Formats: sequence, C-alpha cells, structure tokens
Amino acid sequence: MSRELTMLQAIQEALDLKLADDERVVLLGEDIGVNGGVFRATDGLLAKYGEKRVIDTPLAESGIIGTAIGMALNGMVPVAEIQFLAFIFPGLEQLLSHAARMRHRTRGQFGVPMVIRTPYGAGIRGPELHSESVEAFFAHTPGLKVVVPSSPYDAKGLLISAIEDPDPVVFLEPTRIYRAFREEVPGGLYRVPLGQAKVVREGEDLSIFAWGSMLRTALRAAEQIEQERGWRCEVIDLRTLYPLDRETIITSVQKTGRALVVHEAHKTAGLGAEIISLINDEALLYLRAPVKRIAGFDVPVPMFSVEDDYLPTEARIRQGIEETILF
Amino acid sequence: MEIYRWPGEPTLHQILREDGTLAREEPPGVQDQAQAWYRFMVFCRRFDQKALNLQRQGRLGTYAPFSGQEAAQIGSFAALRRDDWVFPSYRELAGMMYHGLDPAHALLFSRGHPAAGYMPKELAMFPGQIIIGAQLLHATGAAWACKLRGEDRVAAAFFGDGATSQGDFHEALNFASVFQLPVVFFCQNNQYAISVPVTRQMATPTVAQKAIAYQIEGIRVDGNDIFAVYDAMRYAVEHARSGGGPVLIEAVTYRLGPHTTSDDPTRYRDPEVHDAWARAKDPLLRLRRWLERQGLWDEDQERAWTAEVDTRLAEATERMEQTPMPDPASVFDHVYAQMPPALRRQKQELTDLRGRV
Ligand SMILES: Cc1ncc(C[n+]2csc(CCOP(=O)(O)OP(=O)(O)O)c2C)c(N)n1
Repeated sequence: MSRELTMLQAIQEALDLKLADDERVVLLGEDIGVNGGVFRATDGLLAKYGEKRVIDTPLAESGIIGTAIGMALNGMVPVAEIQFLAFIFPGLEQLLSHAARMRHRTRGQFGVPMVIRTPYGAGIRGPELHSESVEAFFAHTPGLKVVVPSSPYDAKGLLISAIEDPDPVVFLEPTRIYRAFREEVPGGLYRVPLGQAKVVREGEDLSIFAWGSMLRTALRAAEQIEQERGWRCEVIDLRTLYPLDRETIITSVQKTGRALVVHEAHKTAGLGAEIISLINDEALLYLRAPVKRIAGFDVPVPMFSVEDDYLPTEARIRQGIEETILF
Repeated sequence: MEIYRWPGEPTLHQILREDGTLAREEPPGVQDQAQAWYRFMVFCRRFDQKALNLQRQGRLGTYAPFSGQEAAQIGSFAALRRDDWVFPSYRELAGMMYHGLDPAHALLFSRGHPAAGYMPKELAMFPGQIIIGAQLLHATGAAWACKLRGEDRVAAAFFGDGATSQGDFHEALNFASVFQLPVVFFCQNNQYAISVPVTRQMATPTVAQKAIAYQIEGIRVDGNDIFAVYDAMRYAVEHARSGGGPVLIEAVTYRLGPHTTSDDPTRYRDPEVHDAWARAKDPLLRLRRWLERQGLWDEDQERAWTAEVDTRLAEATERMEQTPMPDPASVFDHVYAQMPPALRRQKQELTDLRGRV
C-alpha cells in the first residue's frame, strides 16, 4: 500500500513501525507524548504504545541524551527528540564526549545504538534560535553518523535505517519542508541505506551537491538555468553527511568537471569545505573551474524579517552556476 | 539508619484572598500603588489579546502570551530598582513593559525585527531568553560582579517551572549559594512547560523547596496575588541587596492562553482545572475586588481605563508596524565589535547581489 505523505507523516510512520517491530525501541523527548511533539511527529504514538515506550521527559537536553546513552548501553534503542536543533547544545557534552566515544573507549565492548531526531534549519519564520543548521559540528565528531532527508520517501527509509544502525545517529529534519509537499510512500518497513547519496537530476555541465531544504532550491535553480542557458546541471542529494558517499560525489565531478556546494549552514568551516577538499583529493585534474560554495553567511541566523537574504536563494545559486561555467 | 527527609509542609504566602479580602495586612506602599498596578494589568491583558489578534492576522510571527501571569510579573518587577540587572525569559513582556520597555518595542520580538534586541539604555535589562534556563547563570554572574565590584545592585532571573529541570538552574543556585551572591531567582510556576504538567516535570511538590537543598532562602507565593508577590520580591531584593545572599521565589500561577501561537492547549489541558484558574483565580479580578471594596474601582472607571488602553495599544501597533524594516545587509553588523575583513567581503557580496536583483 502506497500513499502520498508529507515528510512529517513519513517520519511518524517510521517511528510507529519501529515501535511495533522492535520492543527495544523507545521514544523520549519534550512534549512528544500527550502533545505528539510540537510538530506532531509522534502524534498518536503514546496512545498506541503507552507511557513505557513514548516518554515525555523533564525539560533537560543533557538529561535526555545522557539517559538515552544509559538505556542504549542496557539493551534498549532510544530515539530521542530534541525540540529544535539549537536546544541540543545543553546536551552536546553527552552527545560528543560520551555517545560518540563509547564504543571506542570500551574497545568495542559497548555501543550506543540511538537516534537523535531534531528539526533544523531556517525559513519557517521562527523566533531566535529556532533556525540553526550546525550539521558540521556533528560530522566533525568521530563516532557519530549524520543523516538529513530531503523527501518523505527518504525520510522514512533513512529513519528506519538510522534506528537499526548500531551507532549513534544524528537525524536532522529540515523543518521548512516538513509539510511542504507530499510524495508516494510505501506502507511497510523499508530501508534507504545510510552513506549513499542520490542523483536527483542528471546533467553533464556541472554537479550541485545539496541536502535538506536546500535540495529543492538547488533543483529549481538547475531547472531555471537549463531554460535560460541550456546548461544541464546534475543535482545530488547527499542524504548522509557522515559518512559521505565519496564515490557518487567523485564520479559526478569526473563527469561534469565543475561543482557547486549549496548549504544553508554558515560558510566558514561548513560541510562545503569538506566536500571541496574531497574533490581536490580525488578529482582535481578533472576540474575546469574552482568549486564554489553557496552558503549561509557567517552571521548568527538572523531574526526572521531578514532571514530570506541569509538563506541561499535560487538567484545566488544561478549566479554561482554562471560564474563556474563561464570561468 | 537515619534517612534525611524533607522537613515539612509547603507554605504559601498570600495576602489577597480570591474574594478580594485581606488574609493579612498588606505591605507598606501597596495602598498607593494598587490602582496603578490594576490599570497596568488591564493594559497588559489587552496587549496580550492584541498581540494574539495581530498574529492571527499575519501581522506578527510566533507570540508567547502571558495572560494569567500579570500579577506575578508586575508584582515582582515593581520591587526592582531601575538599575538592577534583569534577565527575563520570552514570556515576561508584562514585567518588562512595567519596567520601562515601550509596548511598540515589545511587539517587535514577534515581528522578527532585529531591533527588538536593543533594550532601553537607562535599564539593565536583556531581551527575553529563548534557551530555557540559560539566563539564571547570567544573572548569577552579573550578581557576582556586583559583589566583586562593591555595587549595591542586585540581579534577577525570571523563568518557568520547566527551567528547574535544566542543569543551568542547579548550577546557578549552587554558585549563588557558595558565593553568597545578590541574585533573586523568580520562577513563575504556571503549571505547564508547553504540554508537560509541573507534576510530571518534577516529583517534588514545590519549586521553592529546592532552595533548601542549596541552603538559600525559598519563598512560595500565590502568584496571582499581586500584594503577596510584591511583598515576597521586596523581601528577596532587600535580602540580596543587604548581603544576605540569594533567594528563590516560586510564584504559583497559571498560563491562561496557549504556550505560544503555535500551540493547541486543548491537547493537554484539563478543562475543569482551567476553568477554576480562569474564573475564581484570575489575578485581575482579585485585585479589582479589593479596589472595589476600597472605593477605588467602578464600572465607569473600568470603561474609561479600557478605552484609554485601547488608544495606547492602537498607537503602539501603528508605531510597531511603521518601524522600518532593516537593511538586509545589517545582519552583518554587531557580530563582532570590529567586522573582520572576511565578513566585510560577505556583506559586500550581499549588497551587490541585492543591487542586481
Ligand atoms: C534548552 C531549550 N529546550 C527546549 C526549548 C523549547 N521550549 C520552549 S518553551 C518550553 C517550555 C518552557 O516551560 P517553562 O520553563 O515552564 O516556561 P513557560 O513557557 O511555561 O513560561 C520548551 C520546552 C527551549 N526553548 N530551550
């Protein structure tokens, strides 16, 4: 059975299926029970699975992540929700110093199979600190996997893979496209493997790498530029930010000889730098132009009345494409 | 084995009963201020309503209403000096306006306007904190500096019941206690942290008792009784200012509206409990009953005050909406005291881009 679902519904369904499929799975977080989550990603799950499986916690992110580690050490598979990405910061110590390192410091004796789901990104007219995208912090931390879906189908399949993964996974959900569109999603359990990018649009002239809500912006820019100038851009959704799918990235750049990375996170030390360095390492001699980054500026994500100019726009991406191709 | 147990029944400081009679003598100064407080409460209640309406009409973004908490906010801010340090949360606009924030400015937060963050120069007040619990440590540090620098100012942190679960809350109380700092921790226990009831937030029956674990003074006060709130805060501020150390106040109150305009409280609220708070315990009605007994309130006056409030609100809304939207390139300002060259290049990039569009 396949229906059209939003990304939020697809996420809710993945959680539902895994709760049914594996009794070790528990959900915990702020307002996820009675309220069904502030975005309703866990709607109805408390009623269906009860208070032992779907747990409203006290308001403490360090508490949520730290106790999730303990649960994971003792045979459970916690899926924690952090209400917005910036609220993970009080829990970073638990995540970076403990969840990420546990397997290594116990020499493989204890792993921490847990998922931290959190809405992230700008473009929702949110208040201060509701719009961050700091995926690079996590990709920079050995021991963590970092996943970002950009469509309902992928969200469900990737979340199921994340929950089944033996290592801690940070699962970033682009708030801007939670309800932005629907897509066919199969009813049962299925997996989209971690670590695999996806070629969303084929092209020969330039490769665009994007993820999360920027994927759609990049796709629109690619369509516009094809109409305006006839250039065909390949658009690749990275889907997993750690580990990166080197092969798909390199194969595409070897084919097109030009590349552009689009991310809404701040430019400096953002993931774009890592991708460019990877291209330098493996495909430098294929390049016909320097690889550009179209990224968020190096300023705190602004208050929403000025956030549109902070986010990479189609116009900025088109300009980047032009400069690269006409280099 | 000796088990060290919680020592006693929780207390609740109350002066003004729900029916508007006095449970005990009102604190000095209250007689003169009560009518002005009431009028300010009316202003705030209608401000809140106005903001909700503006949000519904798409003229404001997310807004966190404070209706039901006017007595807790106004009563507590009324005991502060204008030069005291104030670290509020996002739900403190009533208190902040009482302290001197222009209502037109107060609305700018929900407008997503960067200028919202610039507080009146003559105050030592910060924009409402979004990160739950963070401001308690800032207040503790500011108080610490007061002590080290020999100033007689105090610092006050305002927060909700949910914040008491954060490590920052406990760290702040402990630092303040260890270093005997002039800081007041003012918790509005409005019964919910979004959907989570306080009974689920903590297993302790009160917030105030947490003071005992840190060997500081704790007061549990009826937060809908403006006389008692003022009394408690006045005591705490004097205690802190005179070197007595920190105080934790729990004001027991109730949020009448949704958590924010994105919230649907019917999902988690008990309608009966809600009705009790909305009717019998409303802080405005309680003060009004007392004023009426004193001959300081009647319906004609209420109508006149309301009309005056509505004029002020219309004027504030107009000024808020006429506040020019900032130049988008201004997002680069104030990231550093001096803009690094790399940032200046990005600012130029944005300016050029906008010039082309
Ligand atoms: C660190 C952090 N975690 C989560 C949130 C999301 N959040 C915003 S308000 C809120 C509830 C706060 O409850 P409480 O402290 O009781 O204050 P109230 O909103 O009731 O005034 C939550 C969970 C946040 N802003 N910051």
